[in-house]
Amino acid sequence: MTNRLRVLRAERGWSQQDLAERLEVSRQSVNAIETGRYDPSLPLAFKIAELFGLSIEDIFTSPSSQG
Amino acid sequence: MSRFTVAQQRHNRRVMVLSLVYAAVLMAAIYLFKHQLVTGAAAWAAAILPGLATSGFFVLHGRYLMEEGDEYQRMLQTRQLLIGSGIMLTFAVVWGFLEGFGLVGHIMAWNWAVIWLVGVGIGALVNVIVERKGA
Repeated sequence: MTNRLRVLRAERGWSQQDLAERLEVSRQSVNAIETGRYDPSLPLAFKIAELFGLSIEDIFTSPSSQG
Repeated sequence: MSRFTVAQQRHNRRVMVLSLVYAAVLMAAIYLFKHQLVTGAAAWAAAILPGLATSGFFVLHGRYLMEEGDEYQRMLQTRQLLIGSGIMLTFAVVWGFLEGFGLVGHIMAWNWAVIWLVGVGIGALVNVIVERKGA
């Protein structure tokens, strides 16, 4: 699943570690999500969306809409 | 900041303590049997204790899974344990058939726990490779 996490993080000038601390997860988790190696659970996806003040769909692209 | 999560740090401490307990129990059992100091129920207890100490490692891995709040780390640990279990079960069943057909000698069952731990180590290596590949 693709996402805009890296872009959103960069816009705020946050490092992966900064974002990880805000989400209370490890830096590896942020890296794995950004690179699409790991799809977060719904609770974590909501937490990410709330942190950026966006909806989940604004950050994560639905696999069914990717064609 | 530590590269380990809080749950991982706790798990690592517990593994270190249990390793010391296991070594002490095993050495005591070997000493008792070598010098023929135990018989009957005491011999059974002395022989069982190292196995119970080993089973503590399985408990600790399960406990870590329960305590780890980081879902990605939990996934990595699950993959690591599945790899370790798969390797151990494959070795056990292949060796069992080889032994059954008289092609290899008998090995003591506690070796499977050692192979499982080695397999878990290989699982950790797989995680590191996957992590580096995708970083």
